[in-house]
Amino acid sequence: MTTSEYLLVAPVQPERRSNLYWLISDSWVMSKRSIMHIVRSADQVLSLILFPIMFMLLNRYVLGGAIDTGEVSYANYLLAGILVQTLAFGANYTTINLAVDMKEGIVDRFRSLPMSDGALVIGHIAADMVRNVISGIIIVLIGFAVGFRPNASAIEWLYVIGLSMLFTLAISWLSAILGLVVKSLEAAQWAGFVLIFPLTFISSAFVPTETMPRVLRAFAENQPMTHTINALRSWLVDTPMGDAAWLSAAWSIALIVISIPITSYLFRRYSTTSQ
Amino acid sequence: MDGNPSNVAENAIVVRNLQKSFKDVEVLHGIDLTVRRGSILALLGPNGAGKTTTIRILSTLLPPDGGEAYVNGYDVVKQDCDVRASIGLTGQFAAVDGYLTGEENLMMLARLYRLSHADAKRRTRELLEQVDLVDAARRPVKTYSGGMKRRLDLAMSLIAAPPIIFLDEPTTGLDPRSRLSMWAMIKNLANNGATILLTTQYMDEADHLADWIVVIDEGRVIAEGDANTLKSRVGSEHVDLIISRNSNFMLAQQAVDGYQLQASAEERILTIAANDGAVTLKRILQHLEDAEVEVESLTMRRPTLDDVFLFLTGDGANGAHREKEEIER
Repeated sequence: MTTSEYLLVAPVQPERRSNLYWLISDSWVMSKRSIMHIVRSADQVLSLILFPIMFMLLNRYVLGGAIDTGEVSYANYLLAGILVQTLAFGANYTTINLAVDMKEGIVDRFRSLPMSDGALVIGHIAADMVRNVISGIIIVLIGFAVGFRPNASAIEWLYVIGLSMLFTLAISWLSAILGLVVKSLEAAQWAGFVLIFPLTFISSAFVPTETMPRVLRAFAENQPMTHTINALRSWLVDTPMGDAAWLSAAWSIALIVISIPITSYLFRRYSTTSQ
Repeated sequence: MDGNPSNVAENAIVVRNLQKSFKDVEVLHGIDLTVRRGSILALLGPNGAGKTTTIRILSTLLPPDGGEAYVNGYDVVKQDCDVRASIGLTGQFAAVDGYLTGEENLMMLARLYRLSHADAKRRTRELLEQVDLVDAARRPVKTYSGGMKRRLDLAMSLIAAPPIIFLDEPTTGLDPRSRLSMWAMIKNLANNGATILLTTQYMDEADHLADWIVVIDEGRVIAEGDANTLKSRVGSEHVDLIISRNSNFMLAQQAVDGYQLQASAEERILTIAANDGAVTLKRILQHLEDAEVEVESLTMRRPTLDDVFLFLTGDGANGAHREKEEIER
């Protein structure tokens, strides 16, 4: 070990910038960190690739033959459903990764820095966006391989991408709340499942809602995942749109607006209750 | 002026009557501390004494319930941002990111400490050298050994060259060699002007590093002073007696009742304070002979901080409780 001088180095001065600049800068630093985690962790990469493929193939070939989707082929019907399901499950990584950070010493390190409060959560959510873009591309590609034949225009594809990202953002913020609330890593893992699984099944993801019992059907047709799925499906394969796009966007924006203050409250509260 | 420590120039940390409870459990019952600039203060105590809670309050991770605390002249509650810009914290568990390399960890921290890109690069290079991690700089941290992680952890808290450094049990779980190198680094920091508040359960660590030792137990300061002062409180000479047979141990304890400091029945060791050396020793041996207890061996030695600690916290010593009450009064 060298005995180089500690305080005799040229003094380091923090840069002086506005709070907004630091929020963006800190969030960028934390996003790079979380995105690096995707690349460096084999299980994240695997699940990113395997889950969409598995769900697509199972639904298309095991269930697909027995489901009547009318004039639309099942491959065309299914794609929007699998896409939204995968986006929602992908957000579970925000819950898990945030829970891991909170349990380990590193959150104390971040909290003892003069950094912006929201940056840690924003970093995980940015990683979610990256993960979901990758998953989304894989789903569309595998979709083509199993018979998905969209007739969307370039503009419609842009709508699809935009609404998917907005939806991802909303689910990620919700997942951040879960990540701050759960007491253990195991809880983080199943909390996402318990929430997302029923939501995707009681929706128009895999089957038309018409055949469901009345109460289920009422729920299925008025929850945000169905709106999002219907909107994407309409753009991709020309099923009826109705108000789906607006409703989906409204839901997502509402969820984000509600989740952000809750997340920052929980993040601060965390410190005051833990030893 | 009331509230603000008058001599910020001299004292880096001033704590008055600090209190904290978690739900119904009172963890800190009014801690007082003063850490002089450029010195090393060791907070010595067993698990659950309130060491980590104290560090967490001083590093703004926890709000106190009562009392005052100033770090670098800033109030830890009202001026928490200024406090955070003045400190480096190395927690009990290495707060490093396993997926990133050592270099990436340091760069990340430097940017979060708001150094310019050029400064960040320079400090990263300097610190990797200082903690001897240049060769491992480009490897993911999860491949590091425990000692390497701790050194990186320390380097991360030094990124912005903070004037005040908190180290929470910096050597817990390290092998002896890593421990020595950590000690050398801590000494080096203090020699170069940093103020260090560290916690430890190891007396030899406090003895080796600290200019001033504060012993806490159950959320109270039970003694403070430099290592020599603390040691002299339990007498200048100690005698370890090994009693020949287990069955005689109780008898022996009764015989030396007034002198006894510690007793370990399993090892048959009685530790006795012999302040006036041979005179006391002669008397003790006489007592034991009268009680017909055979002594297997006898060693005279200087007290260690372990003795001080056990004596003050009352683990096993008869006199300790008396001593503790005296201090509280």
